[in-house]
Amino acid sequence: MDKILEITGVYKYFGGVKANQDISLSVQQGSIVGLIGPNGSGKTTLFNSIVGTHPIDKGSIRFEGDEVSDLPVPVIAKRGLLRTFQQTRIYGNLNCVQNLLISHKPHSHNIFSIFSKLPKALTEKAEKHLEFVGLYQKRRLKARDLSFGQQKLLELAMALMNEPKMLLLDEPTAGINPTLINGIIDRLIKSNHEFGITLLVIEHNMKVIMKLAQNIFCLAHGQLLAQGTADEIRNDQRVIDAYLGAQ
Amino acid sequence: MNGRNLLLYGGLLIFVLSAPHLFPAFKLQFSFLWVLIILALTWDVQGGQMGYNTFGNILFFGVGMYLCASIQIGLFFPLAEWTAGGGEKTFIHTSDQYFQGLLVGLLCAGIVPMIVAGVIGYGILGLRGHYFAICTLGLGIAAGEIAGGIELIGAGQGMTTPPWPKNIGDTEFRSEFFYYLCLALLTGTFLFLRWAYQTRFGLTLNAIRDNEDKAEAMGIPTMRYKIAGWMISAFFVGIAGGLMGNMIGYIEPTEVAFAGSTFGVFMVLMAILGGKGTLWGPVIGATIFHVFKEGFWTFFLGWQYVALGLLIVVIVVYFPQGLMGWFRESYPARFGEVVDEADRAASIELPK
Amino acid sequence: MDFLIFKAPILMVQATVDGALLGILFALIAYGMALQWGVMNIINIAQGELVILGGYIAYFMYSIGIHPGFGVIVSPIIMYFVGWGLYKSIINRVVDRDLFTSILATFGISILTQQLMNFLFGADVVVAQSDFGTTIMLDGSVTLPNAKIFSAAVSVLFAIALVLYMKKSRLGRAIRATAQNPRAAKILGVDTERVYAATFGINAALCGVAGALIAITFTLHPYVGLPYTVRSFMIVIIAGLGNLPGVALSGMGLGVFEEFADYILGTEFRIGSVFLLLVLILVFRRFKLSRKRQYLQ
Repeated sequence: MDKILEITGVYKYFGGVKANQDISLSVQQGSIVGLIGPNGSGKTTLFNSIVGTHPIDKGSIRFEGDEVSDLPVPVIAKRGLLRTFQQTRIYGNLNCVQNLLISHKPHSHNIFSIFSKLPKALTEKAEKHLEFVGLYQKRRLKARDLSFGQQKLLELAMALMNEPKMLLLDEPTAGINPTLINGIIDRLIKSNHEFGITLLVIEHNMKVIMKLAQNIFCLAHGQLLAQGTADEIRNDQRVIDAYLGAQ
Repeated sequence: MNGRNLLLYGGLLIFVLSAPHLFPAFKLQFSFLWVLIILALTWDVQGGQMGYNTFGNILFFGVGMYLCASIQIGLFFPLAEWTAGGGEKTFIHTSDQYFQGLLVGLLCAGIVPMIVAGVIGYGILGLRGHYFAICTLGLGIAAGEIAGGIELIGAGQGMTTPPWPKNIGDTEFRSEFFYYLCLALLTGTFLFLRWAYQTRFGLTLNAIRDNEDKAEAMGIPTMRYKIAGWMISAFFVGIAGGLMGNMIGYIEPTEVAFAGSTFGVFMVLMAILGGKGTLWGPVIGATIFHVFKEGFWTFFLGWQYVALGLLIVVIVVYFPQGLMGWFRESYPARFGEVVDEADRAASIELPK
Repeated sequence: MDFLIFKAPILMVQATVDGALLGILFALIAYGMALQWGVMNIINIAQGELVILGGYIAYFMYSIGIHPGFGVIVSPIIMYFVGWGLYKSIINRVVDRDLFTSILATFGISILTQQLMNFLFGADVVVAQSDFGTTIMLDGSVTLPNAKIFSAAVSVLFAIALVLYMKKSRLGRAIRATAQNPRAAKILGVDTERVYAATFGINAALCGVAGALIAITFTLHPYVGLPYTVRSFMIVIIAGLGNLPGVALSGMGLGVFEEFADYILGTEFRIGSVFLLLVLILVFRRFKLSRKRQYLQ
């Protein structure tokens, strides 16, 4: 299997705060990988670095073999590397179907595709994706009228609509009704198997990440602490210490 | 298009086509109204649909106005001598020259501002929120100040546009001619925007308004859409400026062309009054505003700008959603928004 | 274009001194803008009109026979209450709305104030003669009206007084707390409504001082307010909020820039060049930030 994402020696400072230090990790094509760590350990910073929200201070980020650490956000997204946000970001005044329509990736954004009507088939596809995440009945509601958990599901559907090669999920189950969590895990695994999307997931819920991920990386204090399978991580004393606050 | 819409559009079309004959005294007033509607509609592309509150569209208005007049004159006579004083008395346009000049002038008045918007757009549309608002405010005023210093176009004294050729009709005919020209431009603007809002372009502008960071994170090259939107506005506003200059007959840098405190504010106010981000809002807002302005302006006798200032404050503070926004909130079903309480209350299930 | 300044380099000294003294005045206005921006998150387009209104108060005193120099005491007191009244009637309704609402609402106030000043004081350019005399330096090649030195000195005094007030007084501390976190301040018992009203009042008072100084050093006219707003906005975005030395420095820099633009491009392009500079600075900052994949916030 190929490495779809390869991060080597990434540093990111915010003033004096060392958010990421010498982080190296790689993600296999088609796998589901977890990223865990206590609050403030630099997980979201790493996500931001990968998708280009801010520049990194040192190191290299390769996506499908190409360096992406100096590309702007939309260009990276266009290559098929997408993320969702911890605090949901949706288009509040558009309804759910429109939110999905606009998330579809056209072949190009030239003058003809900018001023072309969206095909009917796209609406059907959008509705199918909404059904996939259980939002079909709410498809005509404005996105801002959805609850936080529902917005998270909408954001997931938007990401799937974009047909990315790799998807970075920032706490996909946070704020979601516990009865739905198993359903979401199932959807994530399905999108990995059926659509072939590689997943890198930040998650605080250990049960979720253990069920989901084949391989887990653990960050602490901005550094890579441990990596391994779910079982290895579960029994790693350093990870337990990091979570319980021991030094 | 359903029956009710057909009736609406048909009725409007009959009205606006026959208006100059029904109300001959108000021809010029109607022409001004059409220009105001164009300004409000094009402002709404940025301010309403895209969420970029611009004070700078007046730049394109002024550039179009000066450019059109300069070309109308410069094609046939030395421009510097015309603007140095009394040009309209020394040089007389024949009717052929007049219409040729007007045609070329109006075309350039659309195309050049469009190019200007494209060039400066890359720099300025990268700003967001209030920085964008203040930057465009500065842009419009800088343009007026600079135009007021250029001798070739009459500096602070301004310049006259070519007078209507005498041999083809009286001033009534002139008003009618410009009435239909403004109406044609308005129809073009309205139909173009109506169509453009139904394409990917319209949806993307709304996405930028709601969350630009998300749009970028989803791979949309937002800058391209923003520039495209500004170029469209600049094109129509520029031509409107060219027409306005000819209708007034006299161009002055800060009061007529780059008139930030009149047209520049009017366009914002009209769009907000009617309802930002809707197609009909700016049209309705501009109409109400114009009727109010023309109907009551004379009663205020010098207090117009006090009234205008108050009006701005009242609308912005108490009525920010505008008429269409208010209708939309009150009767959402009329706007194609389906409100089904069952949908809203429905719980989500994710069966395996 | 006029290159006199390059033929007679002594004019550069004159322009620099003039500009720096003028710039201190700009900095005072900008400090007021930074204050209300930082505390209330409001950009006040009517800032310039408040300045001019303050100037007319000094001019009114002059016209009834009082020395306009006393305007620097009377004008801020009156303007404080003008600002307080403006807050209570209009600004308090836009404080927690988005910035464009406040920009547009204050734009409305600015149009309204202009016209009222036009009614009250006429549309003529007026000046309040201070009879402070003139200082002549470098063998008569550089002349300095004492009024300008007076105005710079008064500006500095007021700025220092305000900084001390913000540091030491109860209200000053409440204002700074509200600027950092209005919700936390409110929970801890700060009356944010009062803090906002006071902030807007203090800003208007600063504008009053600056206006009175402008009345004796330059000229007044009902419609010249907007350039002062733009200048203070520009100074604030260069220096940042809450950086007083930076505000003073960039104020002086702007003053010197204007004087040189006046000499080189001609007086007719002076105001135009200020507005153009604003556009250029913003666009420059935008490109600088976009290389860091960020935008002005």
